[in-house]
Amino acid sequence: MSINRRQFLRRAGMITALGLGSSFVISGFRKKEVAVAAGYTKASEDLPAKRWAMVVDMSKFKTEADYNRVIETCHKLHNVPKFPNPKDEIKWIWKDDYHHTFAGGHNEYLDEHVLHSPFMVLCNHCENPPCVKACPTQATFQRPDGIVAMDFHRCIGCRFCMGACPFGARSFNFRDPRPFIEGEISTEYPTRTPGVVEKCNFCYERLADGLMPACVEQSNGGLIFGDLDDPNSEVRKIISTKFTIRRKPELGTQPCVYYLVGGGDHA
Amino acid sequence: MLEKALSGSKRYWAWVLLLLAIIAVGFFAYMNQFYNGLGVTGMSRDVSWGLYIAQFTFLVGVAASAVMLVLPYYLHDFKKFGKMVILGEFLAIPAVIMCILFIFVDLGQPMRIMNVILHPSPRSVMFYDMIVLCGYLIINLVVGWTTLGAERKGTPSPKWVKPIIYLSIPWAVSIHTVTAFLYAGLPGRHLWLSAIMAARFLASAFAAGPAILILLCFIVKKVSKFNPDPGVGAIQSLVKIVRYAMIANVFFYILELFTAFYSNIPEYSAPLRYIFFGLDGHTSLVPIMWTATVLAFLGIALLVFPTRKNGATLTIGLLSIIIANWIDKGMILIVAGFVPNSFERVIEYSPTLNEILVTLAIYAIGALLVTILYKVAISVREEKAS
Repeated sequence: MSINRRQFLRRAGMITALGLGSSFVISGFRKKEVAVAAGYTKASEDLPAKRWAMVVDMSKFKTEADYNRVIETCHKLHNVPKFPNPKDEIKWIWKDDYHHTFAGGHNEYLDEHVLHSPFMVLCNHCENPPCVKACPTQATFQRPDGIVAMDFHRCIGCRFCMGACPFGARSFNFRDPRPFIEGEISTEYPTRTPGVVEKCNFCYERLADGLMPACVEQSNGGLIFGDLDDPNSEVRKIISTKFTIRRKPELGTQPCVYYLVGGGDHA
Repeated sequence: MLEKALSGSKRYWAWVLLLLAIIAVGFFAYMNQFYNGLGVTGMSRDVSWGLYIAQFTFLVGVAASAVMLVLPYYLHDFKKFGKMVILGEFLAIPAVIMCILFIFVDLGQPMRIMNVILHPSPRSVMFYDMIVLCGYLIINLVVGWTTLGAERKGTPSPKWVKPIIYLSIPWAVSIHTVTAFLYAGLPGRHLWLSAIMAARFLASAFAAGPAILILLCFIVKKVSKFNPDPGVGAIQSLVKIVRYAMIANVFFYILELFTAFYSNIPEYSAPLRYIFFGLDGHTSLVPIMWTATVLAFLGIALLVFPTRKNGATLTIGLLSIIIANWIDKGMILIVAGFVPNSFERVIEYSPTLNEILVTLAIYAIGALLVTILYKVAISVREEKAS
């Protein structure tokens, strides 16, 4: 049987219409599941907050072990892999020195202690996150409590968010991370597939269970976590009474990680 | 009309086969990347975009440059470009397709690409880039195909296509402006955070794009009976466009250098110091950038002086301008945007062989599409002439 061009086009058009129609039917079903999911409410133990924030009290970080305990706890809990090649590195929380953390103009005459002690760095969970604005699929988004979160199943791996983040807080799974998870796999948090971006999430999975972030628990008071919107919270009290600094505040992203430099009480 | 691409000389088929071979090699390289992840490229946590996104940026410019023929011809009735307009449009189509392919191979999860449409994000510049690129592809396909089809039948182009042609003019400007906004709107990337970025993009596009087109016209003249410039001076008019666009491009670049170095704000000058002089002992881009600088001035000189009228020196001048622009936009601008990184550390990038093979394959796909489209256009013209 031979068909002419007109017939061919008509049939091709019909098949296309059929395909589009059936995909609509399928997505129509999916809509119902979304409606059901929307019926769920927050867990009763979920810690409420309008703006989660963290204060890093540098006076409490004294030895190498103080830093490593915090880093290892976080990376273990969240199944963060350890790649041998620094090119593929994934980090959620790590340390860097003063000049690199607070980039922008060197001051070599600073206090020796400040100059040489490492600072904890992690995602700043900015109030105006450039990464959220950049994401073309809303795979990275801001929760009502201020936490900048990631949907690993929606991320297409374009890495626009990595270009947008001025803090270098984001890592990309250049390789399959699963074989590089050290020790036992944590059941508290999902492992990731290759090709998606990830970063610190302020332990929202623990907050939902009424727990503080893992790094805060392990920091011996070096990391203070709370609701910036609550005038009685510890973070708010520190920030409003003591001198704290933030990374690159001039960019207007309003980072929610504050650094208390120069000691706790006499700052 | 496509059937015209199915008959050709031995040389034509040898060229097509060569391109297919390059595509096949690149396809296997891409399969390797697909299964093992983007770790097979030179990109890292610090330099998270590389060769692919740089090629995308360069080729958006090539695509946009068709407007340099369309605008004079349709808006100013500049008849000299009559025979060349179709070649411009048929260069834009493969260029946009290459852009889309470069974005695709750069994705960590390419199978999820439709998420961009399923979850449209109007706050993201990427969303608008998708719209303008797809729109530009459709516009050029419709305009090119319709005008050539009408020409083949010996009838004037249908009336409905005129508004689409006019639309293509601002649309061409928009594709490169939006692409510049991808970079220029990011806080903390000082090399990109510049108001003049879109203007620079357009200037370099209107230099490199028409320069490529002129070289393609030379090839067309050599391999076929069709002469895109039958003694009317179309090519020399295009040379003028290339020359002034390149002068504007270099001028804009010097503006960037002045602001960065005279203000002496360390973050602003750091990436420029890195590419021109090296930073913290890292100098891998320095020789490449100086090559581009020399070629840019050489190209302008050869196009300003009477050397522009000599076939050989004109070719050298155009090649210099294309290479200078390719180095600037198709390599350094993207890579150096990440150097130094957010912690003011210099982490360098160099592409891997796998990455280069994929890149070459996409260029081969582009070359194949140009070959097919030009073959169709030329065959129609040859048919009319005989």
